[in-house]
Amino acid sequence: MPSIAKPLVPLQHLQRNDLGLTVRDYEGAPSTLCGGCGHDSVTAALIEALFKLGIPPHKIAKLSGIGCSSKTPAYFVRGAHGFNSVHGRMATIATGANAANRELTYVGISGDGDSLSIGLGHLAHAIRRNINMLYVIENNGVYGLTKGQFSASADINSKSKKGEPNLLPPIDPIVMALSLGATFVARAFSGDKDRLIPILQAGLSHKGFALIDVISPCIQFNDHEGSTKSYLFTRQHEVTATDFVPPREEIVAAVPDEGAISVTMHDGTAMRFRAVPEGYDPTDRQAVARFVEDHRARGEVVTGLLYADDTVADLHDLNKTPAAALASVTYDRLCPGSDALVKLQASFR
Amino acid sequence: MTTLDTPQDLAATQVRVNDFAVKLANVNGTGSASANGLLMRAIFRMGIPVSGKNLFPSNIQGLPTWYEIRVNGSGWTARALDYDLMVAMNAQTYAADVTEVRSGGYVLYDSTWPLDAALARDDVTFLGVPLTQMCVEAFERPKERLLLKNICYAGVLVALLDIDIDVVATLVDETFAKNERLRESNQRALRMGYDYAREHLSCPLPFHLSAMDATRDSILIDGNTATALGCLYAGATVAAWYPITPSTSVMDNFTSLCRTHRRQAVHRPDGEIDYRNDYLIVQAEDELAALGMVLGANWNGARAFTATSGPGISLMNELLGFGYYTEIPAVLIDVQRTGPSTGMPTRTQQGDILACAYASHGDTKHLLLFPANPAECFDFAVRAFDLAERFQTPVIVLTDLDIGMNDWVVPSLTWDDAYLPDRGRVLTSADLDVMAEFHRFADEDADFVTPRTFPGEDSRGAYFVRGSGHDKYGGYTEIPDKYQEVVDRLALKHAAAAGHMPGPVVERRDRARIGVITVGSCDLAVREAAELLDATGLPVDVMRIRSFPFQAEVREFMAAHETCFVIEQNRDAQLRSLLVLETGVDQSKLKSVLVYGGFPLSAKHVVDGIRNSLGG
Repeated sequence: MPSIAKPLVPLQHLQRNDLGLTVRDYEGAPSTLCGGCGHDSVTAALIEALFKLGIPPHKIAKLSGIGCSSKTPAYFVRGAHGFNSVHGRMATIATGANAANRELTYVGISGDGDSLSIGLGHLAHAIRRNINMLYVIENNGVYGLTKGQFSASADINSKSKKGEPNLLPPIDPIVMALSLGATFVARAFSGDKDRLIPILQAGLSHKGFALIDVISPCIQFNDHEGSTKSYLFTRQHEVTATDFVPPREEIVAAVPDEGAISVTMHDGTAMRFRAVPEGYDPTDRQAVARFVEDHRARGEVVTGLLYADDTVADLHDLNKTPAAALASVTYDRLCPGSDALVKLQASFR
Repeated sequence: MTTLDTPQDLAATQVRVNDFAVKLANVNGTGSASANGLLMRAIFRMGIPVSGKNLFPSNIQGLPTWYEIRVNGSGWTARALDYDLMVAMNAQTYAADVTEVRSGGYVLYDSTWPLDAALARDDVTFLGVPLTQMCVEAFERPKERLLLKNICYAGVLVALLDIDIDVVATLVDETFAKNERLRESNQRALRMGYDYAREHLSCPLPFHLSAMDATRDSILIDGNTATALGCLYAGATVAAWYPITPSTSVMDNFTSLCRTHRRQAVHRPDGEIDYRNDYLIVQAEDELAALGMVLGANWNGARAFTATSGPGISLMNELLGFGYYTEIPAVLIDVQRTGPSTGMPTRTQQGDILACAYASHGDTKHLLLFPANPAECFDFAVRAFDLAERFQTPVIVLTDLDIGMNDWVVPSLTWDDAYLPDRGRVLTSADLDVMAEFHRFADEDADFVTPRTFPGEDSRGAYFVRGSGHDKYGGYTEIPDKYQEVVDRLALKHAAAAGHMPGPVVERRDRARIGVITVGSCDLAVREAAELLDATGLPVDVMRIRSFPFQAEVREFMAAHETCFVIEQNRDAQLRSLLVLETGVDQSKLKSVLVYGGFPLSAKHVVDGIRNSLGG
């Protein structure tokens, strides 16, 4: 939303995280998106999640492509390096950045046009490589910056603002990601901050590629009757598949142990699911895909942390790179030196 | 007309030592490449300057392929166009191959089958050896018979050309050191051919070899291997690429070099041995991704590169402009092949000069390096990383298929252990401590370079990379003056880089009024042509351009000559266009000699081109 910068001196007492930072330290420049844009809610939730996890701002790297969603990295964590790349290529930049420095927390923000059309190939391969990053698709079914064209996530027969129906089938990033071997798949709704924040926290804590598809309505071009990405439609058709206790958060006594499913995260903490539907298993890839597809066929939007597996090797595990950033390996360890050059040239004789 | 199975002196042939060319016509995928390479390497080991040009098809098996060996004691080993000996091993191309032999030359063919009388020429000598029959009789398995026929004709050539049989035998031993059965059968095939030739043909031919001592301090190496070595020594840790001929072997070599030189054994607590790799190579989903990864890694402080060819450069255009405008270093190796479009993937050209100089939409200019041979590939690969980081911009090293995939005799590579990477202007936390405020595109130095920071270092160094319009503080802008201030500095920075890049190599002759300008792999052919022209009374000065943007010496050279011939391997005179555009030289002064059919340049092309242009 167009807004003015907040005063630097907080007007009220603010809570501090383990680093002694307040939520204000995780904020960025004022948003220039439209008032009521779902993306601003995602930004706010992300600020909250990063604050709660206590990640040092300079150890965060923010990346995006092109589009309304991709503007948002400017609006959170001003103390982090940001990378607003070209349309659809964010996943590739993140892959290279991660290859060079595995020590940072990577936050990728994309949209449905950026990820499901122009950048679909890159998203698919980033999932396959299990790049250790959070990848948020701010999904509104429409191209906002170019004023209202359908995107690849628009449902068949959903209507544009001018009333025209979309005739092509949608790409569901959740189902696609599951089929590509994604290790963390979630869907959330920008209008439900209470559920969005823990999902973002879990995604940030996941070791590997954490894909979060956030239904984030476009107030200008896709929030009307006939749209299936509007605030109203999403509220009316949302089916929350899972509810869970985010990692590193104390499990409150009220949660019954019985029937709860626990997923162990990479750092050893447990993520406990509660309020899971009968028979739902967030570690059974095929079952989760079936569950999502069944509900989609009924016109419902399944939300929640849908699938998680923290045991899969990421890009660095597969390549056996050092524990510290490759970029920090000193040159003397990288250059074989003149003697080695003399020796290896024996094979060129 | 009869075919001749015994050598006859049909033309008065003078004895020529260490100065001849052999062309071998084969079917690809039949094992001829290793036999041909063996001969070339043996000549190199005899201390004689030699080149081998592999003229191969974009195919795995069954199509015509040629290999040309040129021997020249004076070191002129660019491609020859008249052949003293044709080794005609491909019936599909007999007719055309036989016509390529110079008058008075020789054709070696497989006399298991009679040669079609229509192919005979009475000005060349046909040497028949029943290669197939010999191999069928000597070897059991069909595949062995096919493969060893190549080694068998190699044996014939060893006798005909007076190649040192001991040197060849040693090479065979080295090649098959780990497989005794193959070693034995290859040695047998070699001897079979050798003995047959000694018995039935008059050996050696009038043109043949005599050992020299001209390659003692040299190596035999292809440009892609040398480039990979350069990237290793430059300290590249991240590489991303998409397979494409003819650049694939850059990354294949980089991978195997890293496995040898960047891999440490780690003893795990359970007693098993694991590895720690100080590198990460990603085979990307396409070239767009490859450059995206390279930019991401460089942004994060690693030295990262990609290797590709023309079609990949086309795909990388958008991100090349992004890298230029956001001032992120990147190193690209473009091993040029014949375009446009898919073109001829296994044929050479210098067709990407303009596409690389101005790659991407909007006002963009890149730093280009043009190595002429594998030794320069090694050197320029290292310099590319230094330039990319110093000037915070993509650097493209333009080699080509001739340099990249053929073996060249070049001086042994040397390394200065005092070398340290030039990381350019990078601020640390300590630097930020003493600064009032950091702005990414402010505080330019004499070369118009501004300091950068690496992610993960310090919040005070955080900035927002954006390909959208930005001011010198890194903030978004749509204001004309603020936008122009940044892009104007980029133009100045590009120009300033010229002084830090390798300048032209100029070779002057007394009384020369004509200049010859060339680039890259044309070097050897052009310098040989200059010798030939001088010998016929036309002295020329030669300038080989090694980088873009152009240095003052380039302008001065053009100013100092009334006419300059620009020799390059593309249809549209791309180097000439770039010279005209960037230096404002009077374009009527620059004449072109263009050879772009896909095979490497020969001095004959250059001499004929210049002579024709001057009216004989």
